[in-house]
Formats: sequence, C-alpha cells, structure tokens
Amino acid sequence: MKYAYYPGCSLHSTGIEYDISSKLVAKRMGIELKEIPDWNCCGASAAHTTNHMLGLALPARNLAIAEKEGLDVLAPCAACYNRMKTTELAVKASEQTKQKIANITEMDYQGNIGVKTALEVFVKDAGLEAVKALATKTLGGMKVAAYYGCLLVRPHDVGIDDMENPMLMDDMVTALGGEAVQWPFKTECCGASLPTAKGKVGLKLVYDILSMAQSVGAEAIVTACPLCFVNLDMRQSDLNKKVSGSSFKIPIFYFTELMAIAFGEKPASAGAGKHFVNTSEILAKYNLK
Amino acid sequence: MRRVGVFVCHCGTNINGVVDCEKVAKTAAGFPNVAFATDYKYMCTEPGQDLIKNAIKEHNLDRVVVASCSPRMHEPTFRACIESGGLNPYLFEMANLREQCSWVHANNKELATVKAIDLVRKAVAKVVKNEPLQKSRISITKRALVIGGGVAGIQAALDIADAGNPVTIVEKEPSIGGRMAQIDKTFPTIDCSACILGPKMVDAAKHPNIEIISYAQVEHVDGYVGNFEVTIRKKARSVDLKKCTGCGTCQEKCPTKVDSEFDMKLGKRKAIYTPFPQAVPNKPVIDRVNCTKFKTGKCGICQKVCPVDAVDYEQQDELIIEKYGAIVVATGYQQFDHSAYGEYGYGKYPDVITGLHLERLINASGPTMGKIKRPSDHKIPETVAFIQCVGSRDEAKGHAYCSRTCCMYTAKHATLVSEKIPGSKSYVFYMDVRTPGKGYEEFYKRTTDEYGAQYIRGRVSKIYEKGDKLVVRGEDSLIGRPVEVEVDMVVLAVAMEPQSDAGELARILGISVDKDKWFTEAHPKLKPVETHTAGIFLAGAAQGPKDIPDSVAQAGAAASKAIGLLSKVEMETDAMVSSVDESRCSGCLICKGICPYKAIDAKMIQERVGGKMVERQVASVNKSLCQGCGACTVACRAGCLNLLGFTNEQILAEVEAVCL
Repeated sequence: MKYAYYPGCSLHSTGIEYDISSKLVAKRMGIELKEIPDWNCCGASAAHTTNHMLGLALPARNLAIAEKEGLDVLAPCAACYNRMKTTELAVKASEQTKQKIANITEMDYQGNIGVKTALEVFVKDAGLEAVKALATKTLGGMKVAAYYGCLLVRPHDVGIDDMENPMLMDDMVTALGGEAVQWPFKTECCGASLPTAKGKVGLKLVYDILSMAQSVGAEAIVTACPLCFVNLDMRQSDLNKKVSGSSFKIPIFYFTELMAIAFGEKPASAGAGKHFVNTSEILAKYNLK
Repeated sequence: MRRVGVFVCHCGTNINGVVDCEKVAKTAAGFPNVAFATDYKYMCTEPGQDLIKNAIKEHNLDRVVVASCSPRMHEPTFRACIESGGLNPYLFEMANLREQCSWVHANNKELATVKAIDLVRKAVAKVVKNEPLQKSRISITKRALVIGGGVAGIQAALDIADAGNPVTIVEKEPSIGGRMAQIDKTFPTIDCSACILGPKMVDAAKHPNIEIISYAQVEHVDGYVGNFEVTIRKKARSVDLKKCTGCGTCQEKCPTKVDSEFDMKLGKRKAIYTPFPQAVPNKPVIDRVNCTKFKTGKCGICQKVCPVDAVDYEQQDELIIEKYGAIVVATGYQQFDHSAYGEYGYGKYPDVITGLHLERLINASGPTMGKIKRPSDHKIPETVAFIQCVGSRDEAKGHAYCSRTCCMYTAKHATLVSEKIPGSKSYVFYMDVRTPGKGYEEFYKRTTDEYGAQYIRGRVSKIYEKGDKLVVRGEDSLIGRPVEVEVDMVVLAVAMEPQSDAGELARILGISVDKDKWFTEAHPKLKPVETHTAGIFLAGAAQGPKDIPDSVAQAGAAASKAIGLLSKVEMETDAMVSSVDESRCSGCLICKGICPYKAIDAKMIQERVGGKMVERQVASVNKSLCQGCGACTVACRAGCLNLLGFTNEQILAEVEAVCL
C-alpha cells in the first residue's frame, strides 16, 4: 500500500507531532508514504472564503501532481483533507468545473485518484482487527474522550463518519484497550482561529469542550485535527489564568500518537513530549513509557 | 370523406400563452377530412360546449377533436357534449395541448406550436378511424368494504351503513379506534377524545349493517367496480370470539408482561390482551410472539381460567372471501421515526419523546394515570421544550411536506402541560405557526397569551444531556442569536407519514401512491376522495396528513360517493373493451390466462369451410367484465384481439400522422 503524502503547513509546524506519529503508524502498518513533491498550500481556510475557484484550484494542483504518480493522497490534517475532498468531488461531479480548474492550474487533474485522511486509512480501511493485532501495549482502561471537530464529518458528502455521533476514534480507543467515554461534544466547534482573533468568543468554545470532557470523567482527549489540537492543548493555561476556578490539565493526543505508543513506540519519539499540557503523567499511570 | 370538427381551446393563457392556438386551428382546417376548425378561450365552459354542439349541426360534423387539456381532465365532459349534440360519444378524440405541450415547453413557443399542430394531426388521423361504440351494463353488489377502523373508517362505515348498505370494517389491530383512541384531548375545543370517539365505536359495533373484522388484513382484491372480490386474512386471535364474553379474567391472570404498543411502550400489557379498556370488540387476542405457551409450550393459564372455554391455542388464520361493490381506504398514518435525527440523540435519550408519547402520559387511562412523568426517572418535568417540524418540511432527513396537524397539537400540548403542571414552563421551537382552521388561531393565541408558552422561532440544532437535564440548543432567528434552554423533557412534533405497508396495499388494490407513498386522489381539487380505480375511495390521513375534523369530513365525502355507487341497480361499463375477430381466432386461449378480470372464455362457433359446416372453438370477451386494459391484445399471436377505441388500425393511423 502506497500513498502520496500531503502534510500541509500544520504538519510541518504546529502539528509536527501529527506528522511524526502518522509516519510511525504508517510504517508499522506497512503503508509507504511518498510526500508530494513541490506541494502548495491547500487553501484552508482563507482561499475558499475569498474566492470559490481559488479554493478549488489550490488543492487541485496538489492532486494533479499525485495523479501523475497514480497514487491516492493521504492528508492527515482535517482541513487539508476537507479542501482536497471538496475539490475531488467537484471535479468528479462536473466536466465544466474540471475544465475551469485545469485552465487556472495549467495542470490536468482528472479525478482518477482521490484523497483520504489518516483516520480513514489507519482505522476505517485497516479495520479494528488490524489495529488490535499491531498493538503490543494496552491503554489499560484510560478514559479518553474522542473529539472530532467539524471538518472530518461535515459536510455530509465530504465527511468520513456519522455527522452527529462519529465513532471511528472511539472504536480505535476501545480496540487499544482504552475506555472511550461517551459525551455530547464530539463535534462541537473548537473555535478554529477565533481564540486568536476574537478571544472572548473563541476561548469560551474551548472552555465548554474542556469542561464537558472533564465533567464526563475524561482523562485525556484524542483528536485528528491540528487546529483542534492547538486550541485544546495550548489554550488550557490561558483559560486557567483568565477564568476563575478553572484548573485544566487535560492531556490532548493525536489519535496517531496513541496508536504509535500502543504499537510499541516510545512516547517521546511519537511526539508526545512536545505538547503544552504534560503527557508523561498520564502515560506513566498506564505504563505507556 | 369524414367530416371532422377541430376545436382548439386556449385554456385562458394556459395553452394560448405558449401555443399559437389560432394558427393551430387554421392549420388544422387544411387537414384531410377536417370540415371545420376553430379556437376559443374556454372550450369546457357552457359557451364553449355550445360552440361545439352548434358546429356539429351547422357543418354537419360526424366526428370531433378537442385540442385542450389531458383526457383525464375533460374527456367525459366533451363526450357528453357531443352526445347531446347528436353524435355517438366515442366519435371523439382529445389532443392534449396543455400537460403535454404548453406546460412543458413554455420556454420554446415556436416549437410548442409546431408540436401542437402535430398532436392535432394525430388526433384527427385517429378520429377518422373511430367507430360508434355502445356501453354495456353490469349489476352491482350492494355492500361496501372499509379498510381501516380509525375515526375516518368508522365514520365512513356508519354513513354507508345508515344509508342501508351492509359494510365490513377490516382493522389490522385487535380493536378499532385507530390513532384517535390513543389521543387524550382534541384541539381546539379540548374535549376528551375517548368521549367523542367511544360512542362512535359502539355505534359501529352495534349497527345492524356493520360487521367488524378486527386483527385482519386485506390480502387480495379481484374484480372491478361494483363487483370486487376481496380476500381477507383474519389472523388467528387464539380466542373464539363467539364464546368469549370479554370478562377479562385471562388478562388479569396472564403472567407475561410486555411493552404496550397502544401506550407507546411507556406502559405494559399482558401477552393475552385488549389494547385498551374501551376496545371494540372488547375481546382479547394472544400475542403469540411473547406468549409463554407459544414460546415454551408451558403455561396455559388463560385457557384454565377462561370460564367459557374460549381460548383456543390451535386456532388458525382464516381466509374470508367476500364480494363488495365499493371500497373505502382509510388506513391512516404512522409516526415518523425520529431516530433519523442524530442531533436529537438518534432516538436514544429517554426523555426526548414524541407527541403521541405525551398523549399517553396525559391520558387518565394511560400508563401514569394522567400524571405527566418523564420516562427516565418518573420525575414531573418543570420545563418542557417542544420542537416542531421533526421530519416535516425537512428534505434532508424527513419529508418535504408539512404535516398540518403538529402546530395545533403542539399548542394543545403546551396548554395541557401548563394546566397539569402548575408553575411549569414550555418552550416551543417553530419554523412557522400554521393554524388554518376554525378556532385554531384563537387557540394558538391563548396558548401564548394565557398559558404563557414561549415560542422561539428557529430550528433546534442539538439536544444533549447534561446531568439530569436536557440542553436544547437552537437559534432564535428573530433576534439572530443562538439560544440554549435547559429543560426536563423534550417533546418532538414528529411528522405524519404513510403506513409502512401503504405501497403494498396500493398494489393489492390497484391504486396509486404519490412520491411520499400517500394514496393519490383522482384529482387534487375536483376528485379529492376518488382514486383512479373506479369504486375505490379514500378517507382520512391515508391520503395525506389530516386532523380529526378533516378526516371525518373526508370520510363523509368518501361514504357519499360509495353510497351513490351502491344506490344503482346496475352500472354502465366503458365501451372501450376488447373484441375478437372470430374469423381469425384459432381458439388457443392464451388471452384467457392473461386476462386479469376473468373476462375471456371459450365459445363454440359454427362456420362453413369448403362447403361443409364445422364447429370450432374461439375466444369470447364478456363486455361487462372487460376493463379495457389491453393485455390480451398484445398477447394474441394472430393479432385478432383489438381494444375498441384503441384498435391497431387507429394507433397506426396516429403513428403515421406524426412520423410520416
């Protein structure tokens, strides 16, 4: 199995743990990843809010490069996946759109290859049995809240799981021996860029998610999107300062980190040492060193 | 040469707005055999019909073509018109310039006119070959079948029976009563549902002309208007209705408790049960799926305690075959399953219930004896949110249509909650409040003004559990802000939808359903209770969402149509029936097996062959039974069967007129 790998900007910067752990999981699963040469920005979320065709053309260029090699694309970042899938569906649905895009990019993306996200490749396609088979360690009943955010499940045609109650990450957590706590905020808005741009509005959204996770007894939150991760991980100390009575200390993980660690990788080499909220305590509690 | 008159109708601007009717008439005047052609604004009106009648006399016409709307609409009108003008009504053809031309080609007027001329040319070619036809007559079985024993079925049965006709009600549940029996109070008068339905149920049971077959379903329908032959499967009740006195001892002693369907699974019933205390017939049935005797062979308590020996474990389904002249379909609706709504918890939150659940909770004979207690912990809810249009007006998850009753029953529920739980607060999330009925708007106004229900305009995007509360998150689209309310219970006004077996029943009856599977009326305005199959009528919500007053009114209308039909001694049948060219028929009788109406049989004829008289077998069509479906004409290997009015010669003349 071989995929054209599209890291996007996040996985080379703020979401480097996602990049490292995705590559480790792929390696363990025998999936070869070849980074798309000379890839460009996927456009999220500035391009499609500015100009519809620009929003389609930017991902189309990356897809066109992958198509030359005849490889489907693996895009772990939820936003990259969402933009590329939107483009893939638009090209497949309309000859006219395809032509328009080709005129802009001066490259020929025919829609012969498509895009998948990491959760799809590593969990949905691989199957829970394969995940279980590769695990050498168990999460030991760690109470984990699976948080999906918006871009992996919406809109309907682009989403990879149930829109209101997605289960892929929950099932993965269970397969690795953890306890996936059921909670109502799986697909709440994390605020995206609002915590930066409009602190009061954005931080409240992060606060709601973290306190709901806390109230249902989650010891950790697992996510599959670099922006969700940053908001949930980085904003906790900020919230503890600004909101009286709050003392959040909930470790946030990429689902690939938990997979890699369960597959036998050292937490530090899977990226778990780079988080804002310390992860060593919880990992030690469950003997995941 | 024939003398054909062509009459082109403008239908106001319906046709003339697109098709150049004057040009069509002028062109038609030049067709062979056409003696006269003209156009007029409304051909179906009295002046329009007079125009046709006068032209027949003036121009000595022997055939008529009207180019107007669909024959479904006005063929009978114009046939009657030319008949009173002195022509045989079958010397007539219609060209459909409206549904099949102007309405679908509004964006290309020029080509529409060309097509209209072609359609008229085709009709003229056919009418030239038309021959006068005569109708025949058949006798009528003076007896009606009503399928479904809800309020619509009961009303229709009572009306038909009161007119002196025997009626059979076939009800699939153990008792008649339908949805109305489950409802506590009715809007806008808040009178007790059971108190107004109960007497009607008893009237039906006691009526000398009404027979109720409950726990039964229609399995097969043969025949035709006036003479339907219906097979009814009477499911094994395991109780002998003739012996049973309805004393109720068996229900008392039965040790097996299961969720009661009548109580929306909020209460329990026994394995041998009547669905509710006022059931008609008030005699139990054994639920064989849950009965211990049927599951393990042990128990048998009900049989032991029955004082009249009415319990019969060996009873089998019974097939009843009866003849009926008319059928009224009143099978009602079912509730939309809100588990399609993930945002409302996929049907998994116990305190998110539907309107019918609340009816049972309010009802004095319901599982909580009329105390509104929420299902999860039996606490009395102090705050209740109502969400309207769940499954209605939502193409993504439910149905495109409006279910018509929900605005009013939600207002009723909010009123009743406020009365039953003093100090409680109701929130109603709505899209629009639709109250088109007598006293309805006033009722809604009282709900907000006097009972203090808070109406919030906007759809709910999410419900989630928070502790023992439910958080309802939506948008108040009047202030343009998201809103969240914490409540103890949520009531969903779920859509009405056709019974899941409506499609199957339609197939059995030979009637049609629309895109949503509601039974289709013959005309949305002018034939609201008829179906396209003569002799079958519609009543109540089986035809589309309806409240009680509308269902009862429609039931009366369907009953009067049935009574009209049954009041005749015999009935004219269509003259467009199949006919056999005996000289060419070999008597193979392939047609006999194909005919769905049992209208073809063998007969012996004598003919002279080579100077000698011989006797041989040919097919013969019973004109009273033949429904003109045409199945036999295509089955005949020699092509010697022809459908009168649609003979091979006529069809080929049409094809030639258009294609050559």
